Amino acid sequence: MGIISRGFSGRSREQNPELPPGQFLTEDFPVLSAGPTPRIDTDEWEFTISTEDGTVHRWSWADLMALPVEEVATDIHCVTRWSKLGTSWRGVSLDTLFAGIDTKYGYTMAHSYGGYTTNVPLADLLGGKAWIAFEFDGQPLDPEHGGPARLLIPHLYFWKSAKWVRGIQMHKGDDPGFWEQNGYNIYGDPWLEQRYS
Amino acid sequence: MTALAPTSVWKVGVVASVHTETPTGRSIMIDVPGWGGNLAGQHLDLRLTAPDGYQAVRSYSIASASSGDRVELAVDRLPDGEVSPYLVDELQPGDELELRGPLGGWFVWRPEQTEPVQLIGGGSGIVPLMAMARAHAASGSTARFRLLYSVRTPEDVFFKDELMAFASSAIEITWVYTRATPAGWATPAGRVSRDILTSSTIPANENPAVFVCGPTGFVETVADLLVELGHPAASVKTERFGGK
Repeated sequence: MGIISRGFSGRSREQNPELPPGQFLTEDFPVLSAGPTPRIDTDEWEFTISTEDGTVHRWSWADLMALPVEEVATDIHCVTRWSKLGTSWRGVSLDTLFAGIDTKYGYTMAHSYGGYTTNVPLADLLGGKAWIAFEFDGQPLDPEHGGPARLLIPHLYFWKSAKWVRGIQMHKGDDPGFWEQNGYNIYGDPWLEQRYS
Repeated sequence: MTALAPTSVWKVGVVASVHTETPTGRSIMIDVPGWGGNLAGQHLDLRLTAPDGYQAVRSYSIASASSGDRVELAVDRLPDGEVSPYLVDELQPGDELELRGPLGGWFVWRPEQTEPVQLIGGGSGIVPLMAMARAHAASGSTARFRLLYSVRTPEDVFFKDELMAFASSAIEITWVYTRATPAGWATPAGRVSRDILTSSTIPANENPAVFVCGPTGFVETVADLLVELGHPAASVKTERFGGK
């Protein structure tokens, strides 16, 4: 426990067990982006998975829409300390996209339209833990929130859920992505409060 | 990354002074032994602890940029806020706060950068831009600096005197009033538009580094217009606060 702040009582005493340490609830959906919002037409949109032998697996928007779509109800946690509980998404599981992928590498780098990158261990993308999401709350995903499609990896801080995702590159090691090179944690588990490097 | 920067350690700061800046905001000088300085544009985590052990942590941009152990924050009171009303209405000189940082390595300006710099701030989004303006002045940098500062009314200007001093020397400043202007102001109140950006910011063909900070809606609008006006997205760094 830290030093007592004279005259501070705080607002809420409810310890919500759904909130990771150091997070507060928000009803809004704040935006955190490092630059302008890219506007990507679904006609031009493409998603790729690239492996160590140079193979590039490609999906157009129509290809993605033809895959099984899952409904995801989940809590999301931003490193800037807001959490939003019970959000609803629709998207395609990374298990589905990785079903035909042959790789021995254990790490991935997600790449976005606009140049953003973030690193995620492959194990965190598989096993029903991650999706390419294109709907939020029953509506097509806003560009501000990463539309037309973003990664959704709700068990990690939300900067790992790359907006405007366009591809995943397999990596041999856990190389840092954009925020990970700018002071943020290499893994980002909100329950362990892995915010900073 | 850098083993020598113990940013994960909470440090105790003592409030040296507070200054009312606007009807809803104040600046706060804090002495933090062991802080060791920060880059212009970085932020910190601030932690408050209630007598029963309850803690609240928020991130704030730092208005100062120096190598010393003093930091300046500027905080706007959010109507439903838990921490900002305490900082704006309650905190007094001599009070202790816990701070962690400096944090962030993206939305920063370093004095060794030589390209022109366009700062665009909305409301209390001026805070990290103020740190850059101060770093620019303190370093004697000859890089061209220009600021466009959007506020609701003349009363809502943070750091007015210091900005006026910069305006007469090192920085070209354009003021935009969205709800009410000073008496006799030539242009009516209105939001930042494409025309204003065209006439009052460094054009894309001069390849400026652009820093935009403010509420989400403001930053979205401005960043979109900048891209339309030919700025490469990679040259436009943004920092947003609040939901939409």
